[in-house]
Amino acid sequence: MPRPMTITEKILAAHAGLDEVAPGQLIECDLDIVLANDVTAPIAISEFGRVGVERVWDPAKVALVPDHYTPNKDIKSAEQAKIMRDFARTQEITHYWEIGCMGVEHALLPEQGVVVPGDCIIGADSHTCTYGALGAFATGVGSTDAAAGMATGKAWFKVPASLKFNITGELSPWVGGKDIILHIIGMIGVDGALYQAMEFTGPVIARLGMDDRFTICNMAIEAGGKSGIIAFDSTTCAYVDGRAEREWAVYHSDPDAVYARVYEIDASTIEPTVAFPHLPSNTRPVREARHITVDQVVIGSCTNGRIEDMRVAASILAGRKVAPDVRLIVIPATQAIWRQAMGEGLFDIFVEAGAAVSTPTCGPCLGGHMGILAAGERALATTNRNFVGRMGDPTSEVYLASPAVAAATAVAGHIALPEDLDQEAAR
Amino acid sequence: MRFEGTAHRYGRDVDTDVIIPARYLNTSDPAELAKHCMEDLDAGFVGKVKAGDILVAEENFGCGSSREHAPISIKHAGVEVVIAKSFARIFYRNAINTGLPIMESPEAVEGINDGDTVAVDADAGTITNVTTGATYQAQPFPPFIKGIIERGGLIASVRERMADR
Ligand code: SF4
Repeated sequence: MPRPMTITEKILAAHAGLDEVAPGQLIECDLDIVLANDVTAPIAISEFGRVGVERVWDPAKVALVPDHYTPNKDIKSAEQAKIMRDFARTQEITHYWEIGCMGVEHALLPEQGVVVPGDCIIGADSHTCTYGALGAFATGVGSTDAAAGMATGKAWFKVPASLKFNITGELSPWVGGKDIILHIIGMIGVDGALYQAMEFTGPVIARLGMDDRFTICNMAIEAGGKSGIIAFDSTTCAYVDGRAEREWAVYHSDPDAVYARVYEIDASTIEPTVAFPHLPSNTRPVREARHITVDQVVIGSCTNGRIEDMRVAASILAGRKVAPDVRLIVIPATQAIWRQAMGEGLFDIFVEAGAAVSTPTCGPCLGGHMGILAAGERALATTNRNFVGRMGDPTSEVYLASPAVAAATAVAGHIALPEDLDQEAAR
Repeated sequence: MRFEGTAHRYGRDVDTDVIIPARYLNTSDPAELAKHCMEDLDAGFVGKVKAGDILVAEENFGCGSSREHAPISIKHAGVEVVIAKSFARIFYRNAINTGLPIMESPEAVEGINDGDTVAVDADAGTITNVTTGATYQAQPFPPFIKGIIERGGLIASVRERMADR
């Protein structure tokens, strides 16, 4: 009998060809997918050129997504995107998406069935941990690791210890995946899970839909985590069935698996939460943030640019107007989400309210384009980072919250809960 | 490898967005990236850093994005080694893979002030604060990681392995 293992240890052991692994062990794993984007691929491609092989190890297992500065914002970024496009063509990479089909990578890959449960995935992007929501091991690496992965199909890992977050009880109104993960990061800090895998379990997680689960795993890196993971269940099955392009594998933690630490969280203690500048861990309840006025609200990104996020925002914006001094930018994360939102009439609601709706892009999330902040300006965004200068000038500020809080804030002109809007209208 | 230089000391959670802001990520040219190193944390950094200097920081250095532009800009700004209480894990990997020497030593960081002269013996893992005379021992790397460093980074070791096939 192998030692009892966590889901993360089981996936890593399977990909290392071992019966068992233990935290701290250095192993080499076979990879299912290697990802890079228009910022990280150019360096990965030049490093790949130094390996001394002609072809990538498997053109069906490399995914290249032009999303950060696309549609290209300037000549330099166009050159970077072209390096990746040319490489995709010469290497006959099947998972390359041109403008018009593309999306923000971490929304796109699960949606297209490219990443599946049980996978071992590296991506030259820190939010690669998003795919843990499928019950896969996925972690962010740099361009050089991605280059080695493209050449060999392998990567080395130190097996991480796991932290378990068991979430029980009932969620309050307007509390979702974003509030849960902001609450956790606020509790353990931006290095609270350093070098560790974050495993989210319990009845509250079991009731969450996939979009909320992706949001939670997406931000594992903001606590310093190597990965985030939620075990496969009927919700995962319903999501991947019909879209997975490969066989998937199901793993669960053994009941007696060993954790570095177990956190018991009562969901009823989680309020709608906002992270103040300049760290995602700088969290406060929204009710203590109502005095903060904003110049811009952004709804989108790999954290909260999915169809459920669009629907929640539209439900609050319907019949209302964006405050006169606020710019609201809505960015569906993929072309498919964009089409679906359009088909459901959500764009009519956004545009009626006075929002700008963009084609899929990372755009303002990393301060690239499509909504950069001037000196001293303040934004509330559904994105995942609020570091100094993240969305523009180093003196600008970013507050992080859910799509519900973002939509309410856009209408109120200050950080707000949806229920505040009716009260303010009644005054 | 031995280095001696002036220490530039910063606090905890120095993130990759302040090390190299995204507005400069439309290029991967090391010289261009070096011009903007640490710009949003300390706009004077590039002006005062000299070749051979040492970057010192507290916990969680390099947190945030996976951009290798961060270690590249630090290295090409002239920094020989980064000493921190701890490193964010992607930055840790990236530094090893790209050949930017890093050392983990909470004691050394506590004992170094901004502007001190610091000498480092990367092979022995010793850090000496020349200004105060104190010596510290950094965490040793596991042999596997040491192997990558000794071969000159990840690509060099992969190249060796592919050639053996
Ligand atoms: S949306 Fe933001 S966090 Fe997500 S991949 Fe793009 S830049 Fe990174």
